[in-house]
Amino acid sequence: MKVKVLCRNPDDYVRETKKDLQRVPRNYDPSLHPFEVPREYTRALNATKLERVFAKPFVASLDGHRDGISCMAKHPKSLSTLFSGSCDGEVKIWNLASQKCTRTIQAHEGFVRGLCARFCGTSFFTVGDDKTVKQWKMESPGYGQNEEPIHTILGKTVFTGVDHHWRDAVFATCGQQVDIWDEQRTSPMRSYSWGVDSISSVRFNPIETHILGSCAVDRSIVLYDLRKPTPLKKIILEMRTNAICWNPMEAFIFTAANENYSLYTYDIRYMETPVKVHMDHVSAVLDVDYSPTGKEFVSSSFDKSIRIFPVESGRSREVYHTKRMQHVTCVKWSLDNKYILCGSDEMNIRVWKANASEKLGLLTPREKAAQNYNQKLKEKFQHHPQIKRISRHRHLPKSIYSQIREHRIIKESRRKKEMNRRKHSKEGAVPFVPEKKKPVVAVVD
Amino acid sequence: MEDEEELFVPEFALSASEDEQEDDDSEHKHQKLLEAISSLDGKKRRKLAERTEASLQVSEFGISAEGAGEKISLSDLIEPIKQTNNLSKVKKQLNKLKDQKSVELPLNNDETQKIQRAISYKNASEEVAKWDQVVKQNRKAEQLVFPLTDETLKPAPIEDKVAGWKPYTPLEMEIFNILHKNKQPITDPLLTPLEEESLKAMSLEEAMLRRADLKKARALQSYYEAKARREKKIKSKKYHKLLKKGKQKEAIKEFEELRKTNPEAALEELEKLDKARMEERMSLKHQNSGKWAKSKAIMAKYDHESRRAMQEQLQRNKELTKKIKVLSESEESEKEDETVPDFVNDAQVNSDGPNPWMTGKLRKDAKDSGSQEEEEKLEADVETKTEDQENDEEEEESEDEVLLKEFEDKRRLRKQEEKQQSNNGNKREATTDMAEDEKQLSQFNVLFQKLVEQNRKEEQQNKQKQAAEPEEPLEADSDEEVLRPAEDAPLLIESLERKQSLEAVDALGQEEEEIEDPVTQPKKKKSAKQTVQRTSEKQAKKSELIDHNDVLPVKAQKVRTPLLPTTMEEEEEEEEEEDDDDAAQKMIIQEAFAGDDVISDFLNEKNKAVEAGKPKDINLVLPGWGEWGGTDLTVSNKKRSRFIIRAPPAPPRKDQHLPNVIISEKRNVMAAAHQIHELPFPYNNRKHFESSIRAPVGKTWNTEKTVHKLTSPKVITKKGHIIEPITEDVFQKHAKAKKTDMDLNKPKHNKPKQDEKNSRKRQFRQR
Repeated sequence: MKVKVLCRNPDDYVRETKKDLQRVPRNYDPSLHPFEVPREYTRALNATKLERVFAKPFVASLDGHRDGISCMAKHPKSLSTLFSGSCDGEVKIWNLASQKCTRTIQAHEGFVRGLCARFCGTSFFTVGDDKTVKQWKMESPGYGQNEEPIHTILGKTVFTGVDHHWRDAVFATCGQQVDIWDEQRTSPMRSYSWGVDSISSVRFNPIETHILGSCAVDRSIVLYDLRKPTPLKKIILEMRTNAICWNPMEAFIFTAANENYSLYTYDIRYMETPVKVHMDHVSAVLDVDYSPTGKEFVSSSFDKSIRIFPVESGRSREVYHTKRMQHVTCVKWSLDNKYILCGSDEMNIRVWKANASEKLGLLTPREKAAQNYNQKLKEKFQHHPQIKRISRHRHLPKSIYSQIREHRIIKESRRKKEMNRRKHSKEGAVPFVPEKKKPVVAVVD
Repeated sequence: MEDEEELFVPEFALSASEDEQEDDDSEHKHQKLLEAISSLDGKKRRKLAERTEASLQVSEFGISAEGAGEKISLSDLIEPIKQTNNLSKVKKQLNKLKDQKSVELPLNNDETQKIQRAISYKNASEEVAKWDQVVKQNRKAEQLVFPLTDETLKPAPIEDKVAGWKPYTPLEMEIFNILHKNKQPITDPLLTPLEEESLKAMSLEEAMLRRADLKKARALQSYYEAKARREKKIKSKKYHKLLKKGKQKEAIKEFEELRKTNPEAALEELEKLDKARMEERMSLKHQNSGKWAKSKAIMAKYDHESRRAMQEQLQRNKELTKKIKVLSESEESEKEDETVPDFVNDAQVNSDGPNPWMTGKLRKDAKDSGSQEEEEKLEADVETKTEDQENDEEEEESEDEVLLKEFEDKRRLRKQEEKQQSNNGNKREATTDMAEDEKQLSQFNVLFQKLVEQNRKEEQQNKQKQAAEPEEPLEADSDEEVLRPAEDAPLLIESLERKQSLEAVDALGQEEEEIEDPVTQPKKKKSAKQTVQRTSEKQAKKSELIDHNDVLPVKAQKVRTPLLPTTMEEEEEEEEEEDDDDAAQKMIIQEAFAGDDVISDFLNEKNKAVEAGKPKDINLVLPGWGEWGGTDLTVSNKKRSRFIIRAPPAPPRKDQHLPNVIISEKRNVMAAAHQIHELPFPYNNRKHFESSIRAPVGKTWNTEKTVHKLTSPKVITKKGHIIEPITEDVFQKHAKAKKTDMDLNKPKHNKPKQDEKNSRKRQFRQR
């Protein structure tokens, strides 16, 4: 008698080794898997909801300073090292991995105005209200030795900022003028001054390393070239610029944090108008730092919040705040593009995730694939109203919320007034001024 | 200051004296003297020292303006010259000077700085503009991987880590000595200098190219070898003979050419031949003393072939032992002889010696020893000699080629024949079998066709009839179908069809209902649903209003609603699943839900939906208006028709032909919350946007690789890696990439297809 049995080729389902992937036969016939769009839409919706559920950006708070934090600096070679200077002249070096302060230096009398590490990471510079520039070693002194700087330079005026060249033994300070120093000398190689007001911040271009940008209290932004005896260009904005930061991937782009509640991204070749105006803050923007990928930047504000902006967008994609965080004086984006560090007036440094809902630590390949898929879905359905609404929803403290509303009203009334004026005056008498051109007062050659 | 003065004084004196010579004025002299004396005085000296371009009192040449506070003008200078006549040239020059304007003042500091700034800004912005391309590319890039510089982890040498470290202990010293002696790496623990050099020697791309070339060469060699082997295997003697002959001919041709172009090389060749002759004479290898020759000699009596072989060998012997040098000399003499016709010289082509007369001899020998075929050929050669030689040569060649071809063809044919023969034996057997089979098959086919025709006729009859009479055989069929699990679809059809028929009835009108109802209703009352389904199926088959294919696959008529995740779809989904279920399962479900009549409920629902969808007439009839009042009033038909506003007929429903679907065209408020109302920004065409949404990304619809490709993130960063700012290495990379492209492209154009194939292969490998 012939017995009928099911017969299958074991090659189709047996793995060669234990570590091989399980073979899952699958029929991709679209008629077998209908409703792809609604199904993916639901998945996208779920992913968006989960993103909001898991959005817990706050990682840690580093406390130890005894006064408000005035400046911070990243270590160029070590991800886990952070420098911070406070208003009582103390400089602390933090280990971010262990979230502990590894070293404390009483660097200056009065404020520590500026901090920067040498490009190789072997030493760092501080400037303070006591008219000195000090260079410190990275290694802490041995037992019984005192904390003493390698070099101290006594200046004539107060220094308000310092930045180091990205490749050479040259650094720049600002105060009454911008000084370029050789590390080996006690007098500046070159001094630039244009106008009389004091300069609040100076930054080297990380790509074209001989180009510098600075912003002054007289509402101006000035560009310099190390190789030239004169500055390059000066623009005057409506209000004062507090800090600037260069894009680390695009040599000619920098962003200026303005007192005008907004940030302006400039192309140095076309200084007449900013490339982009980034608005969302409701108070003066105090500091700005680019992500190392050059795709986003973070800004800290007097309104007790920090915001993350995509470079090409005028609006922020994220806002971070806590109850206890006061005016955020300085902010940095870590060099591995994962964290954001901000120092605020209430003596704390806070560590945030750059991507609020990101899972920290190692991911399994499956997790990673799922994450990528979810990300893609969110991107695909981003225009759908529910998804848009959920992904855009943020909780804000009352103060900021009400201020935003207020600003909206103010803006609206201004717009209305201008419209009315235009309506009731001769044609062309009240011209349309684009938002980009509004903040620019003058461009000086 | 003092130095200047000292220099100035004697100069002054000198120039003054020169002037005086020309003037010859004694008063002037006196004045000069006085001045010189007075200049020795302190006050005067200081004044002199403070000289400027246009001084008030003193000038270099003793010229001063007339009044105090006045500048010296050109006319003052010219005046003394005017008196003299012999300085006309200088006068002219000075007159010219008069007309010219003075040089402009240098710009003030501010303005120069402004200009400087403008220039340096322009330079800087131009310099920065070189990044434009890179920036644009990076902005557009679909994926960016950071850090940009791929850091290959290298083992760091110990010396780099511990600066100034030296071997102190004797053991360390010894170790280092040994390392030094053997040239082992000390700083870099992994690579010796030799290895490093070899690493540096060749870049990856070069190595790839090189490897490809080598591979190609190897392949070509193997092809050649294979070909040689194949040719070697050919057993035909004639073929070999012809081949040999061809080779000989070629060799002779080459030799001729050599003789013309490079006589020295030709001489060498001749010497070689001579050497061969000497060797032959020494060894006598080709005479009949060898082992092979002896065996052949024995066989020669009986075997024609072996005799011929012997003869060939002997001929070879003769050829080899022929003296050549003498021949060449004689040839020279003949060349001098003009009486000998030219073609004689050229005719040597056939033999290996350059002397025509000797070839003649050879031929005679060959005639003696050669076989008949060869004789014929030689005769032919002789004949052709009389004709034009060039043609002759060509023809011969062509003949040879033709012969070779013929051989090959013959071989092929023979092989085919063999094959056919071998096959034929089998085939005959097979064909007999086949014939029988075919007969059977044809019979079967005929039967089958008959059956088909019958079926067709029946169908046609059915169509023609379209009556409601239940037929017994069809019922039996349906029973069979129920039994077969493989054809589960029909069972589903039943359910569908019943719905469909009823629905169709509803839709079409009351006439058909009237016919069907009496048939279906009693059965419903009698038995369970199955019978109902059966009967309905029969009716459907009879009516043939709707094809099975149209009804069954709801998937085919699936309504694409990319933006509408509605509740409706869930229902549809369920129904589809039902479609896929087995018949048995269906039965179970039906038994389980025997109590509630889901299908009729659904139908009722659908009817309601249809009714609700129909536009209503507007009734404006008011009873008693314009007529007698009172109770029990009837409104006249005329009035009714006048005051009822007929609604226009409803547009055809979308689910008209879908029996198991209700499509509601009302706006779903729940779904509307999830729908997009405006075209989002980057899109300006609704279709584009919809197509972007429609393509699924997930694993359910795409293969693993596609999913990976579709979902790969835009920016990839590595955990714990520092991302450094972009550097100018990027340009180098770009340049390198371009260069390699150029290099790869160049040989492609020059060389034939094979190279392209190689490159294509390379690309595949890279993928």
